[in-house]
Amino acid sequence: MISQSNWLRVTPSENIPSLEGRSVQIGGREIAIFNLHGRFVTIENKCPHKGGPLCDGIVSGTTVVCPLHGWRFDLDTGLAVRASLPACVTTFPTRVEDGVILVDIDHGSRIESEETAASSLAQIRLQD
Amino acid sequence: MKRHLIVVGNGMAGVACVEQILKLRHDFEITIFGDETHVNYNRILLSRVLAGEKSADDIVLNDIGWYRSNGIQARLGVRIENLDRDRRLVIDAQGQATPFDKLIIATGSSAFIPPIPGVEKKNVHVFRTLDDTRALLEKARKGCKAVVIGGGLLGLEAARGLQLRGCEVSVVHLMETLMERQLDPTGGAYLKRKIESLGIRVMLPQQTQALLGNGRVDGLRFASGEELEADLVVIAAGIKPNVDLARKAGLEVRRGIVVNDHMVTSDPNIHAVGECTEHRGQTFGLVAPLMEQGKALAAAITGNEGPAFTGSTSATKLKIMGVEIFSAGSIDDSAPGVETVRYEDPSLGIYKKLLLKNNRLEGVILVGDVSEERHYTGWLREETNLAPHRKHLLFPPPAEDAGLEIAEMPDSEVICGCNGVTKGTIIDAIHSSGIGTLSELKKCTRASTSCGSCTNLCEQLLRAVASDFQEETRTTLCSCVPFSYEQLREIMRGQQLKSVQEVLNVYGNGKGCEVCKPALSYMLDMLWCGDHEEDRSARFINDRVHANIQKDGTFSVVPRMRGGVTSADELRRIADVADKYKIPMVKVTGSQRIDLLGVKKADLPHVWADLGMPSGQAYTKGVRMVKTCVGTEFCRFGVQDSTRAGIELEQRLENLFTPHKVKMGAVGCPRNCAEATVKDIGMIGQDGSWQIVVGGAAGKSVRKADLLITVETTELALEACELFFQYYRENGNYLERTYDFVERLGIEKIRKETVYAAEPEKKKLLDRLKRSKALAKDAWLERETPAHATQFVQIEAIDKTEKAIL
Ligand code: SRM
Ligand SMILES: Cc1cc2nc3c(=O)[nH]c(=O)nc-3n(C[C@H](O)[C@H](O)[C@H](O)COP(=O)(O)OP(=O)(O)OC[C@H]3O[C@@H](n4cnc5c(N)ncnc54)[C@H](O)[C@@H]3O)c2cc1C
Ligand code: SF4
Ligand code: FES
Repeated sequence: MISQSNWLRVTPSENIPSLEGRSVQIGGREIAIFNLHGRFVTIENKCPHKGGPLCDGIVSGTTVVCPLHGWRFDLDTGLAVRASLPACVTTFPTRVEDGVILVDIDHGSRIESEETAASSLAQIRLQD
Repeated sequence: MKRHLIVVGNGMAGVACVEQILKLRHDFEITIFGDETHVNYNRILLSRVLAGEKSADDIVLNDIGWYRSNGIQARLGVRIENLDRDRRLVIDAQGQATPFDKLIIATGSSAFIPPIPGVEKKNVHVFRTLDDTRALLEKARKGCKAVVIGGGLLGLEAARGLQLRGCEVSVVHLMETLMERQLDPTGGAYLKRKIESLGIRVMLPQQTQALLGNGRVDGLRFASGEELEADLVVIAAGIKPNVDLARKAGLEVRRGIVVNDHMVTSDPNIHAVGECTEHRGQTFGLVAPLMEQGKALAAAITGNEGPAFTGSTSATKLKIMGVEIFSAGSIDDSAPGVETVRYEDPSLGIYKKLLLKNNRLEGVILVGDVSEERHYTGWLREETNLAPHRKHLLFPPPAEDAGLEIAEMPDSEVICGCNGVTKGTIIDAIHSSGIGTLSELKKCTRASTSCGSCTNLCEQLLRAVASDFQEETRTTLCSCVPFSYEQLREIMRGQQLKSVQEVLNVYGNGKGCEVCKPALSYMLDMLWCGDHEEDRSARFINDRVHANIQKDGTFSVVPRMRGGVTSADELRRIADVADKYKIPMVKVTGSQRIDLLGVKKADLPHVWADLGMPSGQAYTKGVRMVKTCVGTEFCRFGVQDSTRAGIELEQRLENLFTPHKVKMGAVGCPRNCAEATVKDIGMIGQDGSWQIVVGGAAGKSVRKADLLITVETTELALEACELFFQYYRENGNYLERTYDFVERLGIEKIRKETVYAAEPEKKKLLDRLKRSKALAKDAWLERETPAHATQFVQIEAIDKTEKAIL
């Protein structure tokens, strides 16, 4: 089955201040949209560590730092940066049209392979 | 009998060479002549001295004890004028002759002064020695108009140093682009933009025709006819090797003193090393190759088998904070067979260019991001076949394991380029000398003692290898803005920087991170007493919404309950709020107040409004509370009205921010029921007096507070608390609790600079506190005037998702 893109209009871009994030409930999931000096990127709003709200993290360059325990994620790839374990969050295609942010909620992508996913879960359990 | 070795030139190359000789078996008695009056210092770091980042003492490489303990005779302030090769004598300016068996010429170079009319005028300087630097420091005043002639490495570093001293600086350069010997025109243009963004004027191409002024310089005239005002001129137009001594003595000299691969001149008893030499047609202007030369010379002169010097690839790095420039190898991309690989991001100011030939790296230019610099120097030196790396030439795949980078390096890889220290040498030193800290490593191996750009790697290596690795107390805030807290405060004040982004752009990497951004936010708020540009994106979430984030993403609300005193009315409102917003837990805290836990972000403003109480600042680095006991009002032992004094203290300080949280206590007698002796600031009531104690703790660490002073009246007691409070605000490092602060500074110093300070000084502290207080407000008022339209709002999507599910 070929899935068509499904761009949903989310919110006027001025609702997300520069270098901050905001969360939105959409399509049964919670996403976090960030404003990187006028470029908008979207990731799922759930830290793979313990579910922290990534929208509330501090943005550093093109990464965001989870407000709960400081894991860092690349906003473009969704990959955890320099964490000792391989982990990632889903990223969603995002664009701005007529001042409104659109997100393609059906085409989220995750970079991790099955094997890194398994090992990351195992390690998270170890950490707990 | 010992042979006499004379070294002429007490600079970096000569002394480094002597250090190498000392490591080998030799039979020399050594004398070093130097015409500077200083012991051997690190010339590279003069830029940092000019910029105020280091003092003259910080850059000493070999102190006088070193000369003594190695039996070296140091003849400082003595210039050698002549050389009698037949009789093997050196003759100093006074005509005194000293015989030698072997001679090393290490006279370095001098600043090249172009033949421009007027260079002899007052306030025209060069920048080569410590004395030059001192002279510049004396002249560089705030507002002084300084012009640097020359847009190379040295000129730019001088320009930045002068600017940091408050001068208005212009750089005048003859060529079309800056640092044209190390950068291509594109790289040069990136550099120009970055330099201009620091507030330095760059004038290109501009040929200086004359320096104007009557005795003292007051301007420049260019070939174009234009003129430029100047109070101070620095000439940084290049260097010329000091070869006069060798030439007069009839040694073979071209641009430099000609030497072979063993650093021997045309006279077999005379060696030369350093910037004064010419080897295979090449002269040198950077330290790394000179260190190589020193090793070869030491081996040759002591008759030991050792490395020969066969030349070296040059690598240049600009040492201006926030302006990352690296260039190595050949940058000539028109040479036959050379292909280039490039990357550019104009908005981030990043430009990278590699020159390749037959899959081997020929040269590299990095602007804006030099993090991969070491890979490239390795590839250049080893002439690595890059075919297998072609996909990752510009962006190596991210290392997942922090120690991986270290593990991937061969033992022979040079970590410290300036001193030629390899990974293997460092590991050996760590094991054989039981090294655990960076300064021990520096002492033992000299790694990271010159330009300092390998410090990070050395630390990583220590972390990976040393069994008793100890992180040294960080003096810089963070690698994004590598300055100490003190320097940063000075910089922000001096340069009138009023926003986090500005500080990051000018002094940092432009990005910042979760460590430095909140710290910079605090410092700006403290310095400008609230008169600055508040940047919410630089704050931790707690400070964006004025509540403490919980493990499930909800927030807790702790209203201010001064002195732990409440009323039936307040309690009733709290109860109503708890019901209305279905708050999962209402708890009495360990600080005598009430916590409403599990509040949704969107409910925060409404909860605050219904409570009608001010913020208790339980979420921030600021004034928490003053715990009090019932004191004279009710207690049969009470000798001071601790409840009233505590409430008064809380009122005077509330809504202010501090380096870390500040918790206080006021008790009516030494029974200490509200635990004032383990608070950041405590007031302890006694019959007829108050004891003020500071730096107490009963959290992660437990520490009994130190006595600051004993005073008779409550007003004086409150003032003592205020003095300490403001002093901590101004001198504490971000995230440093008072228990660490008091130990770092020592209570005597703190007393001297607060309660025992002269009246005008005290008044200044109190005035600054008052100014901040006048601008401080209850953060919860943002419920009426939010910082941003969606500060608390949960955004609703415009398109609902039903459509999507179809
Ligand atoms: C609510 C409270 C516990 C309680 O239920 O009583 C509490 C809760 C937290 N404390 Fe505390 N501390 C509370 C009183 C204390 C006390 C007792 C006191 O204030 O007299 C201490 C010991 C005194 C001290 O501060 O040293 C205390 C020492 C700490 C520390 C260790 C600080 C240290 O340097 O030693 C931390 C961690 C930190 O700040 O780095 C901490 C951090 C925290 C944080 C903020 C952790 C965090 O960052 O999320 C907790 C927030 C929980 C939440 O989700 O809201 N809390 N905490 C108390 C709130 C007091 C208030 O009304 O503001
Ligand atoms: C501000 C500045 C920044 C620099 N930054 C860098 C950098 O980042 N990286 C880098 O690799 N290099 C840098 N350099 C260059 C580096 O400092 C030199 O390459 C190095 O110091 C050369 O060492 P040397 O011993 O050959 O010469 P010098 O260090 O100049 O030593 C020669 C000494 O001999 C003395 N002398 C000369 N003639 C006589 C005489 N007849 N009798 C007695 N004494 C005499 C001189 O006064 C001097 O003290 C910088 C230089 C400067 C000035
Ligand atoms: S002691 Fe403080 S920080 Fe630790 S769990 Fe309890 S409230 Fe949280
Ligand atoms: S939940 Fe994000 S770091 Fe722990």
